[in-house]
Amino acid sequence: MSEIRSELKYLPSHEWARVEDDGTVTVGITDHAQAALGDVVYVELPEVGSTVTAGQEAGVVESVKAASDIYSPVSGEVIAINERLVDAPETINSAPYDEGWFFKVQPDELEELEDALDAEAYQASLGE
Amino acid sequence: MLNQTPLQAVHQEMGGKLVDFSGWSMPVNYGSQIEEHHAVRRDAGMFDVSHMTIIDVRGPDARAFLQYLLANDVAKLQNPGKALYSAMLNPQGGVIDDLIVYLMTWGYRLVVNCGTRTKDLAWIGQQAKNFQVEIQERPELAMIAVQGPKAREKFHALLAASDVAVAQQLGVFSGAFLGGERADWLVARTGYTGEDGYEVMLPQEDAETLWRTLVNAGVRPCGLGARDTLRLEAGMNLYGHEMSDEVSPLVANMAWTIAWTEGRDFIGRAALEAQKASGIREKLVGLVMRERGVLRDGYPVFAAGVEGAGVITSGSFSPTLGYSIALARVPVETGDQARVVIRSKEVDVAVVKPCFVRNGKPV
Repeated sequence: MSEIRSELKYLPSHEWARVEDDGTVTVGITDHAQAALGDVVYVELPEVGSTVTAGQEAGVVESVKAASDIYSPVSGEVIAINERLVDAPETINSAPYDEGWFFKVQPDELEELEDALDAEAYQASLGE
Repeated sequence: MLNQTPLQAVHQEMGGKLVDFSGWSMPVNYGSQIEEHHAVRRDAGMFDVSHMTIIDVRGPDARAFLQYLLANDVAKLQNPGKALYSAMLNPQGGVIDDLIVYLMTWGYRLVVNCGTRTKDLAWIGQQAKNFQVEIQERPELAMIAVQGPKAREKFHALLAASDVAVAQQLGVFSGAFLGGERADWLVARTGYTGEDGYEVMLPQEDAETLWRTLVNAGVRPCGLGARDTLRLEAGMNLYGHEMSDEVSPLVANMAWTIAWTEGRDFIGRAALEAQKASGIREKLVGLVMRERGVLRDGYPVFAAGVEGAGVITSGSFSPTLGYSIALARVPVETGDQARVVIRSKEVDVAVVKPCFVRNGKPV
């Protein structure tokens, strides 16, 4: 049974979104996703200052096993990326919800997240 | 319903992530294939390889039969326990399987691949019809591979003193049966990782105890994911990738395994001679990509001024080197640079000899 955090929102493609106190959104991939991928070796992050669109590719995560596109849960400007992942991509495997975050977005409309899955719905989608 | 080795319960208990491997339930890792890979290069790791196929060949014609069946020559094996690596060819000169054959006091033992088991047994049985031999599969034997610079030492620590003496004397590519209660255990100084170590063939009822004892001795359980990155770094072929029924050993970096002993006819010899006469147009090379990304099976390989494309036969990330490596079958004119198409992007790669790590270090 993979870990699912109740306070987060989820995409069916296994990304999570956390709304921070300042209204920005942090994005990463779930425990289920990191376990399915296996050891991550490279991650391609969007550039700071670039625009991401809800439901569209924002980056790539590459494991020994496969390469997987990362989709953004919200539209907006990328205000930060997790540089640690460049030299320590294995952080995604060991701490997918904490130190393994991918990027932060200044969202155009937080309401977009209402379309995302809550923890229960994501859990159900996994059928674990 | 998948086949299971005698270690199925132990794999589950130890956190093995079980997958379907050629119809067998096998652990692909126990958490991190990269950590497992490092354990083998730096210390000692072990693999459940009980899914491999063990075939004993006995009878007055055993040697003559294998000299006909195999492309390498078993006559090279002088003393019981000695082994060699060989291709088993079809009459068209393609590879039916690759295997290790051991000379025994009573005949020969073959270890062939898991996925080719049915095909191999049918072929061997058919070819054996004209010889006085008995072919006996040994499905009741399990096999555990203990590999790494500390592997032999950690294995010896579990043995009776007389058995340690036997094991310590083993040269590379040699095996011996142990004594006393372990008289059925064949310990072979072979492996599929590029490190020193043993492959131990033993009665299935002894497998779990050996596995647990080795864990307690500090040997790390390793899965098929690590097995693949280790063998790739060592430049070792994987059947179905570097060679297959349609691929000649001469384009799979296996020319050195063909024994052209005069007067020895073997299945596929005529086809190989014809291939050599008309010229070998491809070769198996290593590729190294220092940029971020992973080379994967099936990606096309291009070289400046060279007509036609090559293909990656095995690609992955190399934990020891920290970048991606691959084996590729390319046109023979290919020089020391090439380009690989990765998800519609062209990336430059270096073309090298098909071996990347030796003695734990980059070649």
